[in-house]
Amino acid sequence: MKVVVLARRLKAERKENIISAALSLFSKEGFHATTIPDIAEKVGMSVGNFYNYFSSKETLAKELILYISTYLGDRIKAINEGPLTTEEKIAAIVTMYFKIAEERPEMIEYFLRIYLSNREVFRDGCEGIICVSSFVTEMMIFFDDGVSSGDLRDQDFFSAFGLFMGYLGGMVFLFGEKILPEPLNTYEAPISDNIYNALRVI
Amino acid sequence: MRSESSKQKLRLIWLQGVTCNGNTHSFLNLSYLPQLLSRYEIVYHPSLPSSSTQDKIYTLKEACDVFVFEGAYDPLMRRCDVLLSDLLEHYGTQADFIISAGSCASFGGMFKASAPERNSGLIFDGTEQIGPLRPIYEKVINLSGCPIHPEWLGYTLSMIADGHKIQTDELHRPLELYSDLAHHGCTRNEYFEWKVDSKQFGVKEGCLYYAQGCRGPMTHASCNHILWNEVSSKTRSGSPCFGCTEPDFPRRDLFVTKTNMSIPADVPLGISKRAYLTMAGVAKTFKIKRLEGRLIDD
Repeated sequence: MKVVVLARRLKAERKENIISAALSLFSKEGFHATTIPDIAEKVGMSVGNFYNYFSSKETLAKELILYISTYLGDRIKAINEGPLTTEEKIAAIVTMYFKIAEERPEMIEYFLRIYLSNREVFRDGCEGIICVSSFVTEMMIFFDDGVSSGDLRDQDFFSAFGLFMGYLGGMVFLFGEKILPEPLNTYEAPISDNIYNALRVI
Repeated sequence: MRSESSKQKLRLIWLQGVTCNGNTHSFLNLSYLPQLLSRYEIVYHPSLPSSSTQDKIYTLKEACDVFVFEGAYDPLMRRCDVLLSDLLEHYGTQADFIISAGSCASFGGMFKASAPERNSGLIFDGTEQIGPLRPIYEKVINLSGCPIHPEWLGYTLSMIADGHKIQTDELHRPLELYSDLAHHGCTRNEYFEWKVDSKQFGVKEGCLYYAQGCRGPMTHASCNHILWNEVSSKTRSGSPCFGCTEPDFPRRDLFVTKTNMSIPADVPLGISKRAYLTMAGVAKTFKIKRLEGRLIDD
């Protein structure tokens, strides 16, 4: 019994290693330029063994976006369920997003450069918001709570969502391109203010 | 079951508080009304042949087994110069069963909305138990609805005549009639599942929950499997459910679904908003061509 549990744990760890390696390679080299042998080599496993974990590069790509969506969604959920005001929640989401961009840039890079730019890879199985549902749902909860509490202006969801996440994505892109003159965290407060002022009840 | 020897007709008195008579009108549409009434002695009903007289009723000289009250309770209202509270105390105390016919008698309904500081139901004011018959609440069966569904009153009176026990929910509504949601049996459920909304009233296609104010998924009522006039229901005919059986009826803006940034403020009963939004977001991703057009071309 112990052996089975140990084997399962090892397999989960190996899968996590593949995800980390693939995120890093995909976000640096691009989806098409990265091969399964590249990923297997980075993890330190044989190509044959890789297929015990993922049946194809496309399957892995979809798993990665689910992983990122869940990762972000879990963190926004914790913010949503906390005692913060709407304004404070905005600041917390911005801080969380920028922290990930600095500490695990491959996650945001993958979202921006692979998921949004290679739609043909995700067409079958990741239609619409299926693979980013955890993340989008938590943003819906955030906006719903914000309007219910009287803090945010009632408007079309995607208009507000685009303003919030498009803004953050743009800043992280500039950060990734090393265009920003200041460290990313110096922009947290003004960006949070801008988002709150753009969305709040006037 | 009542034994054969005890099958003498039950005496029924029907009185009205603040009402539009809608429940009486609805009850008169019951398809088996003559058969049902043959099992009762109608001591008094404002619109049916009665064995007693208005004078006797309002001088509190009659008695009954089943007391039906239609309309909201108003402590200042008099019928033939008798306060409603006196009528309710007299007939409510001596009857074995009290039926609140419709939402006004059950929770205050439309007339509570017009005078919230005065009007209430017999036990409930909304969900608060402050009505005049709260001391004898065990006897009260609430048949909410605006108006009452004739079959629901028919069922209740038949059960009483047969001596069957009627199980009720916490709002004193019969479980047999109110344990389902109006959503159950709705012919638009496939549109609900795939998040295809109806752009207009009076058509067969589309779900009315997303934009037209339908409260079916949040409303305890059996309208969609005990059909009105044995034929149809509001949602089947293209009009949203207004949630008229619930204590918060009437809500404002009945034809509009309240949303916060396009997200429904209220989601189907018992489902967390997070779970609903996850499911809805995924379902909405898929375009089902069969559900987009008219069922039959114009």
